[in-house]
Amino acid sequence: MEFPKDLKYTKEHEWVKVEGNIATVGITDYAQDSLGDVVYVELPQEGASVTKHEPFGVVESVKAVSDLYAPLSGSVTEVNDAIVDSPEAINEDPYGDAWMIKVEISSASELSDLLNADEYQKFIEEEK
Amino acid sequence: MVPFAGWEMPVQYTGVIDEHLAVRSACGLFDVSHMGEIEVSGDSAIDFVQFVMTNDIERIKDGQCQYSPLCREDGGVVDDTIVYRFNIDRYLFVVNASNTAKVLDWFRQVQKKEAFPDLFIEDLSGIYSQIALQGPKSAEVIKSLLDLDPKEIKTFYFHMGLLNGEIEALVSRTGYTGEDGFEIYLDPADAPAVWQALMEAGKPFGIAPIGLGARDTLRLEMGYPLYGHELSDEITPIEAGLGKYVKFTKDFIGREVLERQATNGTAKSLVGLKMIDAGIPRAGYEIQSNGSSIGTVVSGTSSPSLKAGIGTGFVTTPNKAAGTELDILIRGRAAKAQVVPLPFYRK
Repeated sequence: MEFPKDLKYTKEHEWVKVEGNIATVGITDYAQDSLGDVVYVELPQEGASVTKHEPFGVVESVKAVSDLYAPLSGSVTEVNDAIVDSPEAINEDPYGDAWMIKVEISSASELSDLLNADEYQKFIEEEK
Repeated sequence: MVPFAGWEMPVQYTGVIDEHLAVRSACGLFDVSHMGEIEVSGDSAIDFVQFVMTNDIERIKDGQCQYSPLCREDGGVVDDTIVYRFNIDRYLFVVNASNTAKVLDWFRQVQKKEAFPDLFIEDLSGIYSQIALQGPKSAEVIKSLLDLDPKEIKTFYFHMGLLNGEIEALVSRTGYTGEDGFEIYLDPADAPAVWQALMEAGKPFGIAPIGLGARDTLRLEMGYPLYGHELSDEITPIEAGLGKYVKFTKDFIGREVLERQATNGTAKSLVGLKMIDAGIPRAGYEIQSNGSSIGTVVSGTSSPSLKAGIGTGFVTTPNKAAGTELDILIRGRAAKAQVVPLPFYRK
């Protein structure tokens, strides 16, 4: 299982890539593996605002529904509509093709709450 | 692995969709040892069996099995079962793991209340493991292990024989997937060896081990009921659309209520639901028509064969006709679905 070093992570199993004041958000390899085959995804509209720790969307595997939690607060500048049509991309390429939303960060101080790859990996080891 | 009625069971081995499609196109192997087995025997066994089941055991011969709900006086379902008829004095009920104790208790209550001389009710769940081999290649796979040409075992018949020339097993041509297949009952000590042998024999055919996740999607595509969803103590077989397994030509517990329902109709009925809008119906979601609540979803998934959201639900009977358009409330939003006939999946 992969946890790229250049990404930040949350305990709700989202990853974040920060470039300037824009954060790209997706779910981790661990999350997609635990979910199993993803068959449906629901994402917010462009322009919607998201709040840290609040649900911003939903992923569904064959068996279950799971909320997606915003790692940061801000407004959505871009939505990856391609994964709505091909949700299996979330299983195949969680850190690449299957990014979910881009968020304009409203509060840079929230960045310090995110985990680095090592911390996240340690967290999921403990969770198992 | 997930805990299930006291058993540790795999939800999936490689992935629900792959496993599901393996069973539809080739074959799959299920460890369903959690299922309960209750033997009923003795001089009055046939009278007892007829009294507790809604289907008619006299319509089958020794060596055959039959599906039936088991009802209480109010028509509510204690469990649904496959009954194996060894002979007129001996029957095996295969019941849901989570209901085994309840069915045993119910049988003993019935035995106590009514006069059934020389009747023996025994929980044999501990001495049987069960392996299900399901899919169009099943007969070819089991052929090398079985002491009989699998062609000789017709649908809903069973055979008491030997696997690999030495392992005693009951092999029935039954299943819960809608595909051809066999269910094998055997001593738990022999189960690992038979599992391995079937996996080996199935290798050239693309056999795969199948978890609980695909077991559920396979049965739901066929519209087969799952206790706790389409059936419960509060749901009758008539409401659940199982009228063909209820025979009023004989006496049984619950008959009065069920006969009235069969004649006059029921307030609610089970229907198949297929999504028109995007989304997946899930158990517990509200069903609406023109903004008012008319029912509840009881099972739902994304169908791997149909690649669409499917589900079953109880709706008020005027809304049960195939083609009726309804709304399913998914996270507060009304998503359009249509009532469709069961099964969802046809070959």
